[in-house]
Amino acid sequence: MSLSNDQVGHIARLARIALSDTELEATRAKLDGIFGLIEQMQAVDTTGVEPMSHPQEFPTRLRPDVVTETDRRDAFQKVAPQTEAGLYLVPKVIE
Amino acid sequence: MSRSDWEVVIGLEVHAQLDTASKIFSGASTAFGAEPNRQASAVDIALPGVLPVLNRGAVERAIRFGLAIGAHVAEKSVFARKNYFYPDLPKGYQISQMDLPVVVGGTITIRVGEGESAYEKTVRLTRAHLEEDAGKSLHEDFHGMTGIDLNRAGTPLLEIVSEPDMRSSAEAVAYARTLHALVRWIDICDGNMQEGSFRCDANVSVRRKGATEFGTRREIKNLNSFRFLQQAIDYEVQWQIDTLEDGGRIEQATVLFDPDTGETRMMRSKEDAHDYRYFPDPDLLPLMIAPEWKARVQAEMPELPGAMKGRFMDDWGLSAYDATTLTASKEVADFYQATVSAAGAALAKPCANWVMGELAARLNKAELDVAASPVSPAQLAGLVARIADNTISNAIARKVFEALWNGEGATADEVIDKQGLRQVTDTGAIEAMIDEVLAANQKSVEEFRAGKEKAFNALVGQVMKASKGKAGPAQVNALLRKKLGA
Repeated sequence: MSLSNDQVGHIARLARIALSDTELEATRAKLDGIFGLIEQMQAVDTTGVEPMSHPQEFPTRLRPDVVTETDRRDAFQKVAPQTEAGLYLVPKVIE
Repeated sequence: MSRSDWEVVIGLEVHAQLDTASKIFSGASTAFGAEPNRQASAVDIALPGVLPVLNRGAVERAIRFGLAIGAHVAEKSVFARKNYFYPDLPKGYQISQMDLPVVVGGTITIRVGEGESAYEKTVRLTRAHLEEDAGKSLHEDFHGMTGIDLNRAGTPLLEIVSEPDMRSSAEAVAYARTLHALVRWIDICDGNMQEGSFRCDANVSVRRKGATEFGTRREIKNLNSFRFLQQAIDYEVQWQIDTLEDGGRIEQATVLFDPDTGETRMMRSKEDAHDYRYFPDPDLLPLMIAPEWKARVQAEMPELPGAMKGRFMDDWGLSAYDATTLTASKEVADFYQATVSAAGAALAKPCANWVMGELAARLNKAELDVAASPVSPAQLAGLVARIADNTISNAIARKVFEALWNGEGATADEVIDKQGLRQVTDTGAIEAMIDEVLAANQKSVEEFRAGKEKAFNALVGQVMKASKGKAGPAQVNALLRKKLGA
């Protein structure tokens, strides 16, 4: 299977990655390589094998429903580019 | 073509905020109303290197919901990443569930309409899954920028998805109300709609009567009141019918409801629809729910509204309407049951009348919750008992109720004694009053003798007045007829 440049462009847009034409071509070649690997894996007969969602066969750990975190806003906001009134400021977004 | 040629098809997606103390994947508090970002931990703001750890309390609430609606609670469910970019979603993905949700199937029975035309209907649920809420974007002007508050980020949500089983806005609202009552009943969500604890999205389509295929649907997002849910669906249905009858086509889209204009408007078309690229979250192992855990949650489950309603009808002889009203919320049901248990099952019906009538009206007027009622179940039971044994009439009972409401006595008996409200049943005393009234109202007596039944009622009223309401109307009636030889 081979991806089209349009498909690669679409994925790049979804990931908010700007690609020049040459980068697009290089990225397409890399992704095609990954698809080649997937094709190889799909050749394995997995009849009767339950799909796994995680390579480890353990159940997830659970924590008790208890508040353990303290307020560290001031420390966190020191590394933010811009804050005001306790809010993180970002370029205006209107959906 | 008219409205009646069309069938409306509605499915609802409800986001219920689970009322845990801490967030679904971090130990930050979920309390509402904190200063911005004071309850946003390193996990919630997605600092590099942090890992989510699932909250047992959130899972337990999902189990409780699944069991309450008779659904399958999955032994194994999986968390997935739902990828999209928005500043109030710091990770760039929301942790949700996709292929293997925690709750599958189940049903909710709703009662639609009132009186003679009321009917019951069972709505099927598709699934319910656990996920995290996003933060909040504040679009007020911060020098042309947007402010981000991540306190809500990571709050546990249960997204409850119904099948497209509803056929009118009334059915959709009845379903939403029943679901709202249920999540509060089983204590998994506070149901506060103003604070966004219970939010509805409605998928709406129309098709010609008799059609087997569904029409193209549009999704109305974020309806945070039952009234808006009804208005938005009604507007949307009419818009879709008008569009189709004018020869237009419905395009799949997401729309928003504007409460000011009462209209829905397009938010994004199918072309702009998000491509979420779900995949299992490698940071989280599968959620396993052992049968023992389910059994324990089942054992701790309170009696559910449906079962309680049936019991009220079977054991206490209440009508379907009364039983539905009294099980509309846990608080009302608790109050009613406490009243009946004090008054005795034989008085279940008059207790129901008082809880749904005088008490509900008075609470409503005072804008009080039944849990904060100044009149306790024991006091109300005492009052109902005195009506039943003819100590007081219904009219006097309302006075006693008022006195109890105002704290003018600890029990109905105390108020009755203190204010001398005991019903007069002594035949001699009533006859004496009747004689006085007859003597003073010769004109009415003559009119009655001439065949005017209205005059009789006037005389009864006069006697009741003379007794200051303490005589029983039935007894006055009988004695008066005897006196007049009628």
